[in-house]
Amino acid sequence: MSFALIAEQILNGVQFGIMLFLMAAGLTLIFGVMGLINLAHGSLFMVGAFAAAAVAGATGSFLLALLAALTAAAIAGALVELVVIRRLYGKDHLDQVLATFALILIFSEGTRWLFGSFPLYLSIPSYLSGPISLPGGIEYSLYRTALIAAGLVIALGLGLMITRTRIGVQVRAGENDREMIAALGIDISKLYTLIFALGAALAGLAGALVGAIQSVQVGMGEPVLILAFVVIVIGGIGSIKGALIGSILVGLTDTLGSVFLPQALRLVMDASSATAVGSSIASMAIYILMGVVLIWRPTGLFGARF
Amino acid sequence: MIKERHLNMALIVVCVVIPVWAHLADEPFIITLMTRAAIFALAAVGLNIALGLGGLVSLGHAAFFGLGGYAMGISAFHAQTFTPVAEWPFLIEGTKSMPAIWLISVAVSAFAATIVGILSLRTSGVYFIMITLAFGQMFFYFSISWPTYGGEDGLSVYVRNGFPGLNTLDPIQFFMICFAILVAALALASRLARSPFGLALNAARQAPQRVETVGLDPNRLKLVAFVISGAMTGLAGALFADLNRFVSPAMFSWQLSGEIMVFVIIGGVGRLFGPVAGALVFVTLEHLLGGFSEFWHVHLGVLLLLVVLFGRGGLIGMICGREGSHD
Amino acid sequence: MKFRILNVATAAIAAMCTVAGVAFADTKVGMITTLSGGGAGLGIDVRDGFMLAIKQSGRSDIEVVVADDQRKPDVAVQLADKMIQSEKVDVLTGIIWSNLAMAVVPSVTAQGKFYISPNAGPSALAGKGCHPNYFNAAWQNDNLHEAAGAYANSAGYTNSFILAPNYPAGKDSLTGYKRFFEGGIASELYTKLGQTDYAAEIAQIRASEADSVFFFLPGGMGIAFLKQYSDSGVDIPVIGPAFSFDQGILQAVGEAALGVVNTSQWSKDIDNPTNAAFVESFQAEYGRLPSLYASQGFDAANLLISALDKAEVGDADAFRDALKAAEFDSTRGDFEFGDNHHPIQTIYAREVIKEGDIFTNKIIGIAFENHSDAYAPECEM
Repeated sequence: MSFALIAEQILNGVQFGIMLFLMAAGLTLIFGVMGLINLAHGSLFMVGAFAAAAVAGATGSFLLALLAALTAAAIAGALVELVVIRRLYGKDHLDQVLATFALILIFSEGTRWLFGSFPLYLSIPSYLSGPISLPGGIEYSLYRTALIAAGLVIALGLGLMITRTRIGVQVRAGENDREMIAALGIDISKLYTLIFALGAALAGLAGALVGAIQSVQVGMGEPVLILAFVVIVIGGIGSIKGALIGSILVGLTDTLGSVFLPQALRLVMDASSATAVGSSIASMAIYILMGVVLIWRPTGLFGARF
Repeated sequence: MIKERHLNMALIVVCVVIPVWAHLADEPFIITLMTRAAIFALAAVGLNIALGLGGLVSLGHAAFFGLGGYAMGISAFHAQTFTPVAEWPFLIEGTKSMPAIWLISVAVSAFAATIVGILSLRTSGVYFIMITLAFGQMFFYFSISWPTYGGEDGLSVYVRNGFPGLNTLDPIQFFMICFAILVAALALASRLARSPFGLALNAARQAPQRVETVGLDPNRLKLVAFVISGAMTGLAGALFADLNRFVSPAMFSWQLSGEIMVFVIIGGVGRLFGPVAGALVFVTLEHLLGGFSEFWHVHLGVLLLLVVLFGRGGLIGMICGREGSHD
Repeated sequence: MKFRILNVATAAIAAMCTVAGVAFADTKVGMITTLSGGGAGLGIDVRDGFMLAIKQSGRSDIEVVVADDQRKPDVAVQLADKMIQSEKVDVLTGIIWSNLAMAVVPSVTAQGKFYISPNAGPSALAGKGCHPNYFNAAWQNDNLHEAAGAYANSAGYTNSFILAPNYPAGKDSLTGYKRFFEGGIASELYTKLGQTDYAAEIAQIRASEADSVFFFLPGGMGIAFLKQYSDSGVDIPVIGPAFSFDQGILQAVGEAALGVVNTSQWSKDIDNPTNAAFVESFQAEYGRLPSLYASQGFDAANLLISALDKAEVGDADAFRDALKAAEFDSTRGDFEFGDNHHPIQTIYAREVIKEGDIFTNKIIGIAFENHSDAYAPECEM
């Protein structure tokens, strides 16, 4: 196995992780600030992808499509917050799980009703398509490189927002003591709507970015949602840094596991059963990782409080 | 307000009268639907022990449901192909006897619930929800990619397993078996809630520190509840597999975990008969709405949302008021 | 109160009996297919194709009951029970997925009903588990993969990189390809079912010495793979079965699919009058081009109608012989049933082209003529 191939696989793992981060960041913020578990976050991912596909189809512009994804998901998020989520803050997690599970059903079938049952078309713009040469003789997809860069910029931006801005102060205050910030005269319901819309917009953006290289279809959000949960459990709830590191860990484990486990097993058994057994174990790799982290640190790598 | 006790009696009567009527009227499909409802109710009674009594919001109970199903599928598969399940370290033969299969599925799912419980109970609250969900997915992916027992295709069992003295292929007789188990489970759940263990568990849910000061370990109490809950759901899985004569990874899917939870919530959390009411309503809706709309999930979603937002205490709570839960 | 409910129920049953009495001579067909959730597009096409054929036949004595299985095996089993026990259907059809077919078909045929498959053809039902009342109007699962292997030989490929999802149909597909491909296998990969990112696999393809790539990734998986493959700059030619190049999803793949060769028993441009009329009338009726699945639904219905012309379902032996004869004008041209009731038919190699704004397929050659399946010898019937 060549160096270039291993490097390429590591890049793939990082890129997968970065996309997970966009999902996990919103989830973890929403949980940290409002104490809300949102199963419908995957639906916002889907909304972003569908909005992008629709706008790209109408205008042909990828940038407009991304903008549409951000806007549509943010609006959908704000609406959901105002109509449904708002009534759930005081309730226990069980009600939140059920209500957001109901939202998934409504979003999924609603989207299918609007857009039909077939996958939509969304593609990489021509100026980002094709491979580029990286140092060390690695050929890598330009679009994926752009995804990594964009994800890192967003992560940096989020970090700065949390540590440097007024909203960030409110978010951190809200995480520590929810009653306190209300007492300080901050309009808490506006803050909640804002945070929810921000999380939704991030998920929608991820949906659009990923939708360009995958398939835009109903139900695309749920597998990503569950992976994002694994990320949060590993990284620790409420921590943006934890979400970033957790995402990349999960991305690397999943990608490298599915590539190298079957190959490693080939040393001890025949090729065909090595592939079968290796893939079976690789499909569980991230959950095993999660179990190990739990035994070691029950509140996740960066989750101090609980 | 109707007394909850009376409503419970009415539910039991409904569960008996409808299948008997369907039997006399030669409408076997209605018996099949009622059997489905009874099995879902059993799974939900199981979940309700963790959820209502222990306050453990598990979104991974499909794992136990599926394990119970596969315990049945694998036992019957080996019995119908006349191959042993294992030859090492000792010979294990397949079986087509329901009581033996029930024991196996209870044992297997209880074992899995112990492992998942020990790991998941290191955390609480929202972590617990996400972790149980993730473990459920782990079983799902494993069952799809493990080739020996059909993977994604699942396993077909051509003839329903037998029960001594009964013809299980007759819909009404199979229904009666499932119904008897459901009643037994309800009796067990009711005894459990009133036992010293149940009271301690209830206290551990509301004020863990106080339980600790009396010298009880709240986590151990919760673990026991989780294991009993998982085992009961596993038994329901074995019956469900027998109803369909088929098992597949779909039994592990996280949507199913969600649906089992929906049964509990629609009926009423912590209410003894909540799961029964919830499963009856769900199966009826699935049958009626699924019949006239391709998009029936939207209706289900809206209904669910309304119950959560405005109907605290589920159906039973709405009919009987808030008092007198756990009876 | 209870008595009143019973009275209403009795009245309802009485009403149902009357309806059943009037409709005595009709043939009742139960269609269980996927109409909601992921994969609904396939079921909708099968249903639309089937109903179009029934409509064109002008027969009012065939009643079709359609139900949605939500792609869940337990729901499909329950629907089959319902259709047999309470709707009293004579013939069942419609199932898209092999795992659902395995859950439903054995018990349907064991109860003496007929089943006509418009899509799924799992190997168990073609071989040891074959049944006199089970007919497959489409293909045995391995067929199109075997055809891809045969095409690869004729295209002069000698070293293939092959991949499929890690589930039984995926394994069957790679086995099917290898059964006819005479060259070497550079590498054999099983991906996760439902996987959407194939960067890791594409990297391995790039690093391999293969001169061709065979993949079987149905639905959204195939869309994702093709988009990422075309973007990666790897230029090793790709072949696959028709499922990832079907009319329904081709528009979602777009440019990335152009020029890819895929194998199918049907294509929009097969030159016979039935097919031309089918394509035109389907488009007129539903406003979209028909897919492979629509053609299969259409053929399944015409097979049923041709048998009903000759015999009543009540006369099971005569009806079975009439089905076996397959005397109808199929959209794919003539084919016949083998002893295991699976088609012996021609399988084409098609290429994805762009017609105006629409991506579609064009036949470029024949992969197999009169091709049967590998499991027929195991069928004792």
